[in-house]
Amino acid sequence: MLFGRRGSEDLVVRSARVVDPALGIDELLDVRVDGGVISQIGLNVDANGHRVVEGRGLVLAPAFVDPHVHLRTPGREDEETLASGTAAAAAGGYCAILAMPNTDPVVDSAAVLGSLIETAAAEAEVPVGFLAAITRGQRGEELTEMAELADAGAAGFTDDGRPVVAPGLMRRALQYHGVTRRRIAVHCEEPTLSRGGQVHEGAVSAALGFTGYPSVAESVMVGRDLALARYEDQAVHLLHLSARESVELLRAAQADGVRATAEATPHHLVLTDEAVRSLDANVKMNPPLRSADDRRALVEAVRDGTIPAIATDHAPHARHEKEVPFEEAPFGVTGLETAFSALYTHLVEPGLLPLPILLERMSAGPARVYGLEPPRIEVGARANLVLIHLQATWRVGEDGFRSRSANSWLLGETLKGKVRLTVAAGRVAYAA
Amino acid sequence: MTVQLVRDELRPPAQPPPRRHLISIADLTRDDVARLLATARSFERSLERELKKLPTLRGRTIVNLFFESSTRTSSSFELAAKRLSADVMTVKSAGSSVDKGESLKDTALTLAAYDPDVIVIRHPQIGAPSLVARVTSAHVVNAGDGKHQHPTQALLDLYTIEEHVGPIDGLHVAIVGDVLHSRVARSNIQALTLMGAHVTLVGPPALLPRGIEAMGCSVSTDIGAIADADVVYVLRMQRERMEAGANYLPSLREYTARWGVTPQRLRPGQKVMHPGPMNRGVEIDPLVADSVDALIETQVRAGLFVRMAVLYDLLTRGPVAVAAQVAEEVA
Repeated sequence: MLFGRRGSEDLVVRSARVVDPALGIDELLDVRVDGGVISQIGLNVDANGHRVVEGRGLVLAPAFVDPHVHLRTPGREDEETLASGTAAAAAGGYCAILAMPNTDPVVDSAAVLGSLIETAAAEAEVPVGFLAAITRGQRGEELTEMAELADAGAAGFTDDGRPVVAPGLMRRALQYHGVTRRRIAVHCEEPTLSRGGQVHEGAVSAALGFTGYPSVAESVMVGRDLALARYEDQAVHLLHLSARESVELLRAAQADGVRATAEATPHHLVLTDEAVRSLDANVKMNPPLRSADDRRALVEAVRDGTIPAIATDHAPHARHEKEVPFEEAPFGVTGLETAFSALYTHLVEPGLLPLPILLERMSAGPARVYGLEPPRIEVGARANLVLIHLQATWRVGEDGFRSRSANSWLLGETLKGKVRLTVAAGRVAYAA
Repeated sequence: MTVQLVRDELRPPAQPPPRRHLISIADLTRDDVARLLATARSFERSLERELKKLPTLRGRTIVNLFFESSTRTSSSFELAAKRLSADVMTVKSAGSSVDKGESLKDTALTLAAYDPDVIVIRHPQIGAPSLVARVTSAHVVNAGDGKHQHPTQALLDLYTIEEHVGPIDGLHVAIVGDVLHSRVARSNIQALTLMGAHVTLVGPPALLPRGIEAMGCSVSTDIGAIADADVVYVLRMQRERMEAGANYLPSLREYTARWGVTPQRLRPGQKVMHPGPMNRGVEIDPLVADSVDALIETQVRAGLFVRMAVLYDLLTRGPVAVAAQVAEEVA
């Protein structure tokens, strides 16, 4: 389900703090890679003529998996291409990403999917999986040919950017999950409640005059989709959760045995709607930034595993489209190149989230949601590694971006923690 | 443990002296407001002279950039600039390059090429004045941006209340009607509470935005809540901003019956204000609009003095002996 360049690198990472939360490893070790596969983990590993990367003072972890990226291809190659988006991913420490189908044309046929897979195999710096649409043209009317799309390599299905409004149609999509076994991922937004809303409904939207986009616009859809998943006994994945009420519904449903997963974005985990007072279009996203209480609930859910995945929702936009009044600007911010550093700086450093949990939620967590093989530091596993300098500080944007777009919510901010090396599918995809 | 939830640079900037722009009442301190109102009073006196023009801003250039229809705001900014001897140019979106699809940024850059000292902007979208402030070096005055702010309206309302009702500290002002769509309401809530008034918002539930009480006002859906107000401030029903099918109200008839400001709902001596333009017979009964207690035309007149004061304040860099200078020029 993943397509991109692969490699057969030979290298040794010497004396790094090796952290693989899924395998329970956290100690100073050497890791040797032969032909793109981890061949030896231990002390004083023989370099055997391989390239040696000094890991002293650095953390070596399973590389990250981003389950939610907009690569804008086909249609808006000025904003991002497969090559630029995957280069950005590599710089952020990712060894795999999943691309959303809301392109132009929408990925709703095996033909469009096939051409993306072909391009990715040749150009992608890290392997990419492609989600296909749940409904044709993402219009919310008729299902796509999901079985054919799954056979053609779709990694899952979503109408991301739009909700599946009709409950009957959502039910049919979930029934089909029993056939394809590829995850159905839903953008939970009840459009008559969110209508015209761009900012979380609360004190900030009231003071600034924005039409409110209330939390309940998300949570009523979360409630509906959990009820449908329970009724059909199928799995469902909730995209970019933002509200406490949604988290509570999810936690209760999971406790009841519903096979539901969810993801949270770095911006929802770090910022609150107070940031909107700047009227900066780079803090405009859907779902909107919510209250401090919602943010606390999301962080807690990531910590306890209710939300098993962190997703950037990397959404590149052309500069001229964001340099407009807030109300006119499109939703979305970039995130691939800053996700780890932002979360390390704002969650791990202040003591809100332990580093191993962050690493797990950025790697094995999202991989498992979509049934991908989790990256792991184990002999015999393909090398998917990220080497991180936790103490390094850097200023976002100082060296430009590998992404074609620069609409980062962190522009100009100094962050702690910098990716030094990314090995994806046995190939060095990024080295600083 | 205290956790920093918001990055410092995303917080509203802590007032950098000297002030560059007037974008929101939130940019002002109580002292700023008092100074602006005092300056406005000096200008009112100056306009009692036969020769009404002051030389104060001679050689300065002021651009009025209006992307929304406006009678009183655009005319009063233009006249305010002329009374202060500034060169003023008014650009309206109809008939300009905006019709050809030019972005706000490019329109602002084009006009900024003439080195204006001040750009006064009205725009239907929240945040337009902030964008112009970011891309040009002119002082920016917000003459209304979407549902966000209309700071000079709030200042002229404060001026009117001080002149015709009394000191604002301790007054009770009821703001009635379509608060949701009203930039005037938001600027007034901030300005009135800043100066010590108690504000009660009254209207139908869907037009009272959730969370607005955090601005320091009371909220009621009962029109009876206006009974003990010193001033009843009536908002215009902004039908043009209500998207079809949103069902804010069952009907205008229902609104008028339940929340219309009528003589029966007022007591004698209660002052009535309205930012205009009025929908007579909808939010305000014609008898109220024309009564001796209505200050509506006074508000329009105050707009001139207050806008003169705002332009003067920005271009002379604040409070330095303002009263003395103005007194000198008047004499």
